[in-house]
Amino acid sequence: MTEYEAVVGLECHVELSTRTKMFCGTPNEFGGEPNTRTCPVCLGHPGTLPVPNRQAIEYTMKIALALDSEIAASSLFHRKNYFYPDMPKNYQISQYDLPIGSGGHLEIEVDGQSRRIAMNRVHLEEDTGKTVHAGTTGRIAEADYALEDYNRAGVPLVEVVSEPDIRTAEEARSYLTELRALLEALGVSDVRMEEGSFRCDANISVRPAGQTEYGVKVEIKNMNSIRSVERAVRFEIERQRNALEAGETLVQETRHWDESKGVTLPLRSKEYAFDYRYFPEPDLAPVEPDGEWIDRLRKGLPELPAARRRRFVEQHDLDPAAARIVAGSAEWAEFFEEAVGLGAEPRAVANWMTGDLAALLHENDVSLSGGRVEPRHVADIARLVADGTISTAGAKQVLAVAFASGTAAQQIVEERGLAQISDESELTAVIDEVVAENPGPVEQFRGGKEGVIGFLVGQVMQKTKGAANPQEAQRLLRQRLS
Amino acid sequence: MPVEIDVDHVARLARLNLTDEERERFRTQLGLILEHAERVREVAADDVRPTAQPVPQSNVFRDDEPEPVLTQDEALAGAPEVEDGRFKVPRIIEAE
Amino acid sequence: MGGAERSERHRSDLCDRTGHELGEMLRAGECSALELTDSCLARIDLVDERVKAFLEVTADRARDQARQIDERLAKGEERRAVAGIPLALKDVLCTRGVTTTCGSKILHNYVPPYDCTPWEDLRAGGSILVGKTNCDEFAMGSSTENSAFFPTRNPWDLDMVPGGSSGGSAAAVAAGEAVWALGTDTGGSVRQPAALCGVVGFKPTYGLISRYGLIAFASSLDTVSTFTRDVRDAAILLSRIAAKDPRDATSLPTPFRNYGRGMEDGVRGLKIGVLRDWLGEGVEPAVKSAVEASVGRLQNLGAEIDEASLPNAEYALSAYYLIAPAECSSNLARYDGVRYGLRSKDAADVVEMNMRTRGEGFGDEVKRRIMLGTYSLSAGYYDAYYGQAQKVRTLVIQDFQGAFERFDLLLGPTSPTTAFPLGAKTEDPLAMYLNDIFTIPGNLSGVPGISIPCGLDEKGLPIGLQLMGKHLDEDTVLRAAYAFEQDLGFADRPALIQEAAA
Repeated sequence: MTEYEAVVGLECHVELSTRTKMFCGTPNEFGGEPNTRTCPVCLGHPGTLPVPNRQAIEYTMKIALALDSEIAASSLFHRKNYFYPDMPKNYQISQYDLPIGSGGHLEIEVDGQSRRIAMNRVHLEEDTGKTVHAGTTGRIAEADYALEDYNRAGVPLVEVVSEPDIRTAEEARSYLTELRALLEALGVSDVRMEEGSFRCDANISVRPAGQTEYGVKVEIKNMNSIRSVERAVRFEIERQRNALEAGETLVQETRHWDESKGVTLPLRSKEYAFDYRYFPEPDLAPVEPDGEWIDRLRKGLPELPAARRRRFVEQHDLDPAAARIVAGSAEWAEFFEEAVGLGAEPRAVANWMTGDLAALLHENDVSLSGGRVEPRHVADIARLVADGTISTAGAKQVLAVAFASGTAAQQIVEERGLAQISDESELTAVIDEVVAENPGPVEQFRGGKEGVIGFLVGQVMQKTKGAANPQEAQRLLRQRLS
Repeated sequence: MPVEIDVDHVARLARLNLTDEERERFRTQLGLILEHAERVREVAADDVRPTAQPVPQSNVFRDDEPEPVLTQDEALAGAPEVEDGRFKVPRIIEAE
Repeated sequence: MGGAERSERHRSDLCDRTGHELGEMLRAGECSALELTDSCLARIDLVDERVKAFLEVTADRARDQARQIDERLAKGEERRAVAGIPLALKDVLCTRGVTTTCGSKILHNYVPPYDCTPWEDLRAGGSILVGKTNCDEFAMGSSTENSAFFPTRNPWDLDMVPGGSSGGSAAAVAAGEAVWALGTDTGGSVRQPAALCGVVGFKPTYGLISRYGLIAFASSLDTVSTFTRDVRDAAILLSRIAAKDPRDATSLPTPFRNYGRGMEDGVRGLKIGVLRDWLGEGVEPAVKSAVEASVGRLQNLGAEIDEASLPNAEYALSAYYLIAPAECSSNLARYDGVRYGLRSKDAADVVEMNMRTRGEGFGDEVKRRIMLGTYSLSAGYYDAYYGQAQKVRTLVIQDFQGAFERFDLLLGPTSPTTAFPLGAKTEDPLAMYLNDIFTIPGNLSGVPGISIPCGLDEKGLPIGLQLMGKHLDEDTVLRAAYAFEQDLGFADRPALIQEAAA
């Protein structure tokens, strides 16, 4: 049986969160009534000219620097010529053989293992408008007509292209998670896949393991979340492998990911191959950043997720899996560091964040900043558990209440009577009762059946409605029965 | 030698409907013009750099400052057909 | 002669004067802006049925603007050089609220939502727009016969073409229908019609005047340029519109300044290179002898004359007919029937709609150039055509640099011929393209060039002399042109005007 290897390259499109569009002063905002964010330039009116947004150029350079790409000494915009009604000029101002960034890499983690995915390029272009295919059936091929909205036309769009270094669906997911975190840390994009500000296409081929030539490449489009990319890549690798095993010949094509059916389907093949007739955009001058400009941007880069992850492992002694989550986004990292700054034990903070808190956020479908829990809640909870004031079970309750109400942890403990009974005289009275009521188990324990101690502690917990400090209860029980 | 070009392919790329008469005439005329234009190959050597702009500049940018936009009515004012605030076009059957 | 007749004579005279004379008269209270505007509008009424320079005359708007200027003049507030002077704009320059067609069916109903920057500057200076002038469709042509609407005729001989593509603007200034006008010069489209119509056509350095709102034909070549009755007027108009525009990334970082300064300093000591190769085969004898006489005149004025050459200029035409169509094929892709302009009805799908709209909306020459450009950029041909042409462009620029190490100015004819009959070259694109053989090198290199009248041929048609200068050395070009103009004293006018004034 032949072993097969998948070869995957990802092409991500990132809408930059500049105030204005790429080549005109029209505000760059998501949504809005159709055709209310346009001007003569982004509507492609005759006679209008593009002028590049300096901020968009800087954002692109920052992305390139963060990926360790080389910034071109002289980079050019080209025109990519093809007709499509969502494109006001019927050419897209893009980059061709002289992109702003070339090469570089992104460090990803899969199953605790680090891998470097090599980057191909980072280039800047303009986004298109949006087409609504209108008609009775809702299928593009059967639409009666189409409607165009140019609010998005001209929004700055960075294309980040990886080398075909990705081998599995898990790596694809990890790559996207990492890239999204990096873009978020840079503050250059909203990186919302559901709003289309972060989009991804995948190029996938499969070849017998050990073969150096690539197999037949298939491009997959229309994946709307990192999860769907992972699913689509997994499906497509499997489909190609099965086809090869069955002795079928694959064709180079573009396929569409059908989220509901969980399959990739071939797109209607094009009547004519595209011939984009690239040529240098005569309305624009080259981008030629000097060393000073590049240095200033490099120095201004924030701590990036991979570096932060390493620091959390080294400085806070987190295990790599926890560090990956806590350091995964600026929001989480800031929350973590603030809680630690309040004096809480880092590993405990990380445990609460990656465990119960993450679950609560997930169940309620809110982001960390969208919830009521603040770093001081987690810090207080960790401290109260550490000093024995509350039990772990009590702490879970405190967190849940804090999550819903935002009330301070100490106040929740008091209001709900969640403080543990650690007082010796109080516990001794309860232990006396338990010993009196359970002569059988007491005999067994005394006879050397060590496990029975758990049952007896349980009885103490039951009588105190969970308020007893279990460690303390056990110590006193052992003392009483010895 | 006049250059032979695939008029139908080029017309399709350029999205130009041509009549039979135009197709024939352009085939001949473009062949002759290109024959003349091919003289550019006689002179320019490999070591000559191409020039895209007559007066070279670099790093011409604008600040990221918002400017006034068109209203929806202004944006749609010249449109041949409109529906729901959008530009209406016949159905798109060619997949992108 | 009765009083009414005299005032009629006076008014019809106004429109034939130069802009700087009229500016002085306005400020001295010798005439009003409304009188002057009416004088141009009356001339249009009188001759434009025959000349056909205008696609649209904006009479009401012009009169409104004139009244506002007159109010300022009455208060003594008006000192601006272009205020109150009637102007015509080639119909490739966008004017907010005024139809701008590019001489094309595809934009027959296009009303721009904004003003081009040169007109914005002129309007802000009190300039009065009398109308939009005819041109070859999308500025592609050398005779104005490629207008989708009608050809324009040469005021000197109505059977002749005015040149092109800015033939309407050239004819309007020559016929007294506007005092001055703007055109666009991509391969000679201002200098050549200026030569054929006996007026001054000035193309400054590429990038000196904003292209924002100039409907693009070939972006790396298109240059807003002026038509005036004399060199001083060219300097005045240029001073009003030449400055860095933040809306045009190719506009040069130059501030507004007065381009008239030093214009009267003469040519003594200026080194002028005569392009001897441009006086050979294919150049009409009358053109050749008028240019040679001009060289003698400049020499007598103290210029140092020697022979110059641009060895690669003979390849410039070939390079131009690859570069300009390539850029045009992309620039004109936006005319697809979706957002504005013509749409062909009842197409089954969007591709068919695009193809039919463009098939019906574009004329012959535009289609030919779109096809040419699309082909030369398409897969497998780029290096052989467009890439090579851009290299030839480098060689032409190097030629100019070499020549300008020796000379302050280069001199030659503007056009190999004087005006030719309508229809003479419409069937032969290559013959038509040869009209631009002496103007194209200036566009490929972006240097400033002026065409000034230097005589008449045996048929009484004007001949143009071309002077080209270094990048951004407009001053030297204007200075030499002014000295030549003053010395020659070219005072001939089209018979049409003499008839109108009679």
